[in-house]
Amino acid sequence: MSAGRYEIRFSGAGGQGLILAGIIMGEAASIYDGKQAVQSQSYGPEARGGASKSEVIISDEPIDFPKAAAVDALLALTQEACDKYSRDLKEGGILLVDSDLVKKPPKGKFTLVRFPIINTAKNEVGRTIVANIVALGAMVALTGIVSRESAEKAVLSRVPEAFTDLNRKAFRAGYDKALQARDK
Amino acid sequence: MSNRVAFLQGNEACAHGAIYAGCRFFAGYPITPSTEVAEVMAKELPRVGGAFMQMEDEIAAMAAVIGASLTGTKVLTATSGPGFSLKQENIGYACITEVPCVIVNVMRGGPSTGMPTGPSQSDVMQARWGTHGDHPAICLVPASVQELFTETVRAFNLAEKYRTPVTVMPDEIVGHMRERIVFPEPGELEVIDRTGPTVGPDEYKPYDTRFGDVPPLASFGSGYRFHVTGLNKAEDGFPTTRAEIVQAEEERQLRKIENAVDDIVTFEEYLLDDAEVAVVAFGSIARSARYAVNQARKAGIRAGLFRIITYWPFPERQIRALSERVRAVITPEMNLGMTVHEVRRCVEGRAPVSGIFRVDGEPIGPGAIFAAIREVR
Repeated sequence: MSAGRYEIRFSGAGGQGLILAGIIMGEAASIYDGKQAVQSQSYGPEARGGASKSEVIISDEPIDFPKAAAVDALLALTQEACDKYSRDLKEGGILLVDSDLVKKPPKGKFTLVRFPIINTAKNEVGRTIVANIVALGAMVALTGIVSRESAEKAVLSRVPEAFTDLNRKAFRAGYDKALQARDK
Repeated sequence: MSNRVAFLQGNEACAHGAIYAGCRFFAGYPITPSTEVAEVMAKELPRVGGAFMQMEDEIAAMAAVIGASLTGTKVLTATSGPGFSLKQENIGYACITEVPCVIVNVMRGGPSTGMPTGPSQSDVMQARWGTHGDHPAICLVPASVQELFTETVRAFNLAEKYRTPVTVMPDEIVGHMRERIVFPEPGELEVIDRTGPTVGPDEYKPYDTRFGDVPPLASFGSGYRFHVTGLNKAEDGFPTTRAEIVQAEEERQLRKIENAVDDIVTFEEYLLDDAEVAVVAFGSIARSARYAVNQARKAGIRAGLFRIITYWPFPERQIRALSERVRAVITPEMNLGMTVHEVRRCVEGRAPVSGIFRVDGEPIGPGAIFAAIREVR
């Protein structure tokens, strides 16, 4: 789609918190960075499981079509989501996958970044539940489409105070690990 | 960050719009993809002195809002798909009794349980003809989060001004997507309140045509007593089968909306002045269409967009005028062909009208619309 338009897709299984990751990305862009952003989602009727996706379009201009069509950056936390949602990844785009859960990433002309996202949340940050924030930190680092400061502010404004440190730690772990994995 | 700016979901904006408009009663039954409207109302209404009731089903919820409205309160209910079907009987009751109320129907795939989380635009005919009998209908189809706020405010205004049910129908994409919204300040948007009776309780009649086609509605609990029934009624509210009264009352109810189309019908025209090809669309698909129109312009094709904002009454006059200028009309919609028939009715053969129809749970993207524009030019 048009040059000013940047499309991000967070995908995985229902219940992994990917819709929230998309919302925070959108908030960082539209409220803190002053850009235009639209976040949307698609999920099945199940409360948990099934392939789920959350999309964010970021642009300097008003956004017409609210869904992703030529994805600039894709996150996949499950093999099913990766198979289902990686088809419209752009040439030259970014694909971030959980290296433990996506054993067969697609081949193509894009940058593939792999690291154990859920395992990082569980063992390094301390709680599996913040895997979505680890993933968000990673996507912020890899795309550079929103500033690190805005994204961190957006994360912290969304979480109860008691969990501020946990989420900050998760965001930073994802941010740093993604850059290491890319540059390795 | 100002607290007037937020990154909100369409459904959340709708609920905040209702509060802004003065809505103080909500009754509903949760259903995807409309539940967020109820969630926000449950949270916000107690803060402004209002009441939220979760009912046993959608039928009861519709009945509850009609009853609450008769006390002079602005009322809202929200539903989707099968819930909208269930509400139809009582929507008819609100039509014949002329009780102001706002119904939000976030459109999902159907019929029946259909595709609960999938987007659709296939309830537009139900909004017009879903309840039986002759009756007017007002239905608004917003396309953005901000517009879902402002159109909900307008829905309340129209309901109160014309003493009628009004339906607000975002498709699931508009209801569930998030965008930046700037909350209007109090007083920034017009808020219309119901006109009460100007005569005393002894003289008052609920359908007193001496006051015009929209007779003033008194509030229960304010000293006025009157009869409310689903039967055809006379101006005192009591049932009648007298032919001349029934005929006149039914005609008045249609006329009060027909005579006000200039006040009610809204639309947006984009690049239509010199257009050869017009795309007529609404809701999220109007956003795809706008993108496609821009693509077409870049490719040297004079395309434009007519975006429907008020679906009922249908913008007949505007589309008729449009058809005198363009060479072809395209109607992309997330159903198997509904708007296309209304557009053909207005175009009356002056230009070919073709549709793009999709019901698989995915939106019609700009690519499909652009391809259709290229084909028909």
